[in-house]
Amino acid sequence: MTPIADGLFTDESPPRLIGGQDRESGRIVFPCPVSDRYEPVPLKREGTLWSYTVQRFRPKSPPYEGPDAFEPWALGYVELEGETIVEARLANVDFDAIEIGMPLCLTAVPLNPAEEPPRAIPAFEPVLEKERSA
Amino acid sequence: MSQDVCIVGIGIHPFGRTDGVSGLDQGVFAVREALSDAGIDWPAIQFAYGASDAAGNPDTMVERLGLTGVQFINVRNGCAAGGSALFSAQMAIASGQYDIGMAVGFDKHPRGAFDAKPAEYGLPDWYGEAGYMVTTQFFAAKIMRYMHLHGISRETLARVPEKAFRNGAKNENAWRREPMDLEAILEAPMISDPYCKYMFCSPGEGGVALILASEKKARELGKPIVRLKAATMRTRPPGSFEVFAPSIDVTRGGTSTQIASRDAFAQAGIGPEDIAVAQLQDTESGAEIMHMAENGFCADGEQEEWLAEGRTEIVGRLPVNTDGGCLANGEPIGASGLRQVYENVLQLRGDAGARQVPGDPRTAYSHVYGAPGVSAVTILER
Repeated sequence: MTPIADGLFTDESPPRLIGGQDRESGRIVFPCPVSDRYEPVPLKREGTLWSYTVQRFRPKSPPYEGPDAFEPWALGYVELEGETIVEARLANVDFDAIEIGMPLCLTAVPLNPAEEPPRAIPAFEPVLEKERSA
Repeated sequence: MSQDVCIVGIGIHPFGRTDGVSGLDQGVFAVREALSDAGIDWPAIQFAYGASDAAGNPDTMVERLGLTGVQFINVRNGCAAGGSALFSAQMAIASGQYDIGMAVGFDKHPRGAFDAKPAEYGLPDWYGEAGYMVTTQFFAAKIMRYMHLHGISRETLARVPEKAFRNGAKNENAWRREPMDLEAILEAPMISDPYCKYMFCSPGEGGVALILASEKKARELGKPIVRLKAATMRTRPPGSFEVFAPSIDVTRGGTSTQIASRDAFAQAGIGPEDIAVAQLQDTESGAEIMHMAENGFCADGEQEEWLAEGRTEIVGRLPVNTDGGCLANGEPIGASGLRQVYENVLQLRGDAGARQVPGDPRTAYSHVYGAPGVSAVTILER
């Protein structure tokens, strides 16, 4: 997969999201705006679910570039402690199992798996119990 | 205000879908009704503010109404457009510069959800490509958080459209006039969890005009005196949660509604407990619920009890959205905020017919909210 846009993910493995920190106020936003006022900063990989919903109908195209055959997907706002609350897809979780406050970690999902190469969009998935205790 | 402002004429073109009639013509229809209600002719109008988001330039209606040379200013301000037109109009009279003028709003939107482009909101293209330029997602995520924090149930979400359609059935100008029971609403197809299709309003069509005058002029016209005691329009403070947000601040803040409401009550010199009837922005069920608290009518979480007990019904302690609100009327952006004030004037005059709030209401409140964090409030008093 290739990132859907430049400047969203760091180059490391696994990658982190790149936020923008206001040089004056210290406020962090995502994505990093193209502006001298913001300094790019890598964001925490783990966070907790702040809110969510499920997109049950296919968004209009343009601008949506997902597959023509639509399957509902979940999206959430994920709180990265002390940084910002980021909007992203929720992956590898049943809709019924989604709960506000659940621990999540960063991943990426293809916007359209049939594309070549698929474009990666930011997503968060549940942190498995064994990983958390490790 | 240096000079009291009164509403002396009201007019409306039915909301919903009117094929073959342009948005502008729906506005003209409303103006003629309002002039007739005030008992004046078009040349008496000294100034006008017109709101339309998608149906053309309001000032072009002088072609239909008469080329009197009248000052006519167009207003675009998202969902607060109508409220902003009214705010501007009342200032022209409060300042003492004019005696009589008009605020008009109309719109005609295509079917389906509003179209929004990332660039118009200062967002990168990928945000739209990934499927996030969808207003319903934002509304759903916002109420999901609110329900979690304040113990609001999905049944309470369904009580809002249930009431809206029941009130809309009593409003000859409403779009949706078929009552629907709670079960049917709850079982309807989900659009964006926790909201199903009946919990969102639809973009629509309609027009509303209000004639404003100084108190002296209002007395000359012999109309019932309905005073505009407060009109505020405010933008968002830091830390609010608005539509199309790829990120939001960890430090949560207040809302444009809280500021507009607080300042309106201060201007009017009364409090939420003094209001007899309220029209609150209800573009989706949760909006009405959250706005009950943001406007100071109840504490966060109390809505659960309020709705279960019917306190916001027409016969309740604080009737809310007596004309069916956006849920039953749809949302023609330019006209929507003025519809609320039209309804409030009817209620204060005692002319609301089958949906009249009992007990001779003397105070009425209206509130609109829209992207990207704008709110407008009015308080009327008879």
